[in-house]
Amino acid sequence: MLKDSSWKLKVGLAEMLKGGVIMDVTTAEQAKIAQDAGAVAVMALERVPADIRKQGGVARMASVEVIAQIKQAVSVPVMAKCRIGHFAEAQVLEALEVDYIDESEVLTPADEEFHVDKWRFKTPFVCGCRDLGEALRRISEGAAMIRTKGEAGSGNIVEAVRHMRIVMSHIRRLQGMNPDELKREAQEMKAPVEVVEETAHLGQLPVPNFAAGGIATPADASLMMQLGAQAVFVGSGIFKSSDPPARAKAIVQATTHFSDPRAVLEASRPLGAPMDGLDIRDIPEENLLQYR
Amino acid sequence: MSKQTVGVLALQGDFGLHCRMIERLDARPSLVRTVENLREVDRLIIPGGESTAIQLLIDTFNLREPLLEFGRRRPVWGTCAGLIVLSDSVDDPAIHPLKLIDISAARNAYGRQIDSFIDEGTACIHAVTQPFQMVFIRAPKIVSLGSHVTPIAHCRGEVVGAMQRNVLVTAFHPELTDNPAFHEFFLELDAVSL
Repeated sequence: MLKDSSWKLKVGLAEMLKGGVIMDVTTAEQAKIAQDAGAVAVMALERVPADIRKQGGVARMASVEVIAQIKQAVSVPVMAKCRIGHFAEAQVLEALEVDYIDESEVLTPADEEFHVDKWRFKTPFVCGCRDLGEALRRISEGAAMIRTKGEAGSGNIVEAVRHMRIVMSHIRRLQGMNPDELKREAQEMKAPVEVVEETAHLGQLPVPNFAAGGIATPADASLMMQLGAQAVFVGSGIFKSSDPPARAKAIVQATTHFSDPRAVLEASRPLGAPMDGLDIRDIPEENLLQYR
Repeated sequence: MSKQTVGVLALQGDFGLHCRMIERLDARPSLVRTVENLREVDRLIIPGGESTAIQLLIDTFNLREPLLEFGRRRPVWGTCAGLIVLSDSVDDPAIHPLKLIDISAARNAYGRQIDSFIDEGTACIHAVTQPFQMVFIRAPKIVSLGSHVTPIAHCRGEVVGAMQRNVLVTAFHPELTDNPAFHEFFLELDAVSL
């Protein structure tokens, strides 16, 4: 894999976000609340996933004006989402100097065959995955950070858990394989053999591996971290709850002390109601975001 | 000699990369998240990350006083966000630094991620000046140094590393390179006798 200095800087920023919480925000005011609660970065978008799910229609990149206001309002890195394959939206986000671009299934895909060629950009990209093959294909396209897809806007952690477990257990299987078997795995996953070999050698993804899609409580964050996530994204979970600042702080604390149940307990005390959750089985299959 | 235990503040940031470098040098890394963890280490690294988040978590988990006490004597090293946390003053009123080294820092002074860069600088370790590959990610700048602070690293004509007795700061990330020289140097730093 190409490991030039640009790649080092892209992965380097992801390294700095580890152990932290990245929060979805739709206004500068929300971005301030997120930063004051200890967010390590904010994700600018037009509507949170729960609203996209409810309202339907085409979900696009956030307005550049709102992204600019958010950049003004906070000192933490500002990420923004572009539609899958919409390299022109990505170019606009790069020109706007956002710090990370999420090529996201939460927005309506713009291209059903191609993802953005992320090597062409100086701005780093994060992409979602449901399994290891998807993660490694995105990395080979230039993604410098991977997150689970989960099921965004559902308030239900089950899909993120499934995706993280699939990725981690597949990596453990790779570690026991010989070169011939790794080559066959690479063919089956449609991923470059070098990236597969590197993953087997490292025993982890070659880029930071974060959790996203359905995290709504401090215990959800702790669960994902214990399953191997190195940081968490919270979308609708904060600003769709009854007390966003308190919930944001609590999830930050639980992410730091994810392996200490008493600390997660303490973090969970002062909270109001979480966002409403959806049973994944009640969502019609064509409305599931993770298959995009 | 038994292995020395090097604490790495693990509230948030790239603490894992520091741990890997410490292991390479045959010392024992130990993650520090609580006051009890801090009591078990001989020296401490405050890693890169987001200084707003790290500071908030220091105060939330009542680590400010224990860190000040620790930093008065024992070797402490801050990289990037860690530099901001250790400095005497910061250009951002939201940050209340620990004031363990007499420098003033400016946050994100090189710009946004698109302005992050890798360049060769020079580091003066044990009175020998050597070239060092330096990784700057949304890095801070040291805008002024007190008279008791020694500059120990330079890049693009600016001071990017400094030291005052037991406290070391670097605006760049040696933990993101393969060169363990800075970690080696930090492991040899002496505590200060009061």
